[in-house]
Amino acid sequence: MEVNEVFEKVKNLFVEELGIDAEKVTMEAKLEEDLDIDSLGIVEVVMAFEDEFEIEIDDEELTDVGTVGQAVNLLHSKI
Amino acid sequence: MKTALVTGGSRGIGKAISYKLGESINVAVGYSSSKEQAAEVVSSIQNNGGNALSVEIDVTENDSVEKCFEKVEKEFSSVDILVNNAGITKDNIFPRLKQDDWDSVIDTNLTGSFRTSQRAIKGMMKNKWGRILFISSIAGISGNTGQSNYAASKAGMIGLAKTISKELGSRNITSNVIAPGYIDTDMTSFLNDEQKEDIIGQLSIKRVGKPEDIANIVSFLCSDESEYITGQVFPVDGGLTT
Repeated sequence: MEVNEVFEKVKNLFVEELGIDAEKVTMEAKLEEDLDIDSLGIVEVVMAFEDEFEIEIDDEELTDVGTVGQAVNLLHSKI
Repeated sequence: MKTALVTGGSRGIGKAISYKLGESINVAVGYSSSKEQAAEVVSSIQNNGGNALSVEIDVTENDSVEKCFEKVEKEFSSVDILVNNAGITKDNIFPRLKQDDWDSVIDTNLTGSFRTSQRAIKGMMKNKWGRILFISSIAGISGNTGQSNYAASKAGMIGLAKTISKELGSRNITSNVIAPGYIDTDMTSFLNDEQKEDIIGQLSIKRVGKPEDIANIVSFLCSDESEYITGQVFPVDGGLTT
């Protein structure tokens, strides 16, 4: 899967599951500061991806994820 | 219509909870060994015009928990309410308590609730609505002679419930604990008449509790009306602890 496609899926999840404005979701957007996603919100997105793609993401891998782009790249590397 | 899964839902307190919830919502009656009793509970609910199914669940096995949830989700689309009621006792005075009996009681009562709750929360987070009820015990608050393993497991449920309430309150998921006192079930049937009289003497309400006394508060805490109540422990004990 291309990075673009992963980004679109992440964006859809943010918009549909977390109710975030679609325009705000860019690769550069910071999860907590720009999008107001709390730690539970990040967990929700991760769990949705784990289910959809049958992958497992370690909690340690998440500690460095602060932006949408970093999340997308992590997921892209797993799929 | 909302759906509740009641573990240990075919006997004792769990049976009364299944009946009560079956009056207004879908109920999955969880059983591990009492298959026929679960089927009877389901028939009674259905004869009353309610929706119910029986489902096997061994809370000590992840695979069994997963299968149970998949079955309920297939039939009723989601598990909106989880009543962690399945529990066992293996009593012995603490100096003589075997570690096997410690381990199995903790694994069923406490770790079992962890397994079911973590699985249930997946759907509840998606739906942004959920109710988790833990049937603990007064023993978990006050301790009880001969029940160190049981009391520890029931106290552990309180910490789990309170933490879930903090982590998931923002998703409209509440998590509360009922702490029954002496309730007339199989689990307390070993008490002789003299012991029962002695217990009643300590109570403000001069009778042993009925399973329905627990079912009534569970029903309220499962409803929309209880949405502002979370992370709390409710003793239902006829005034034993005041």
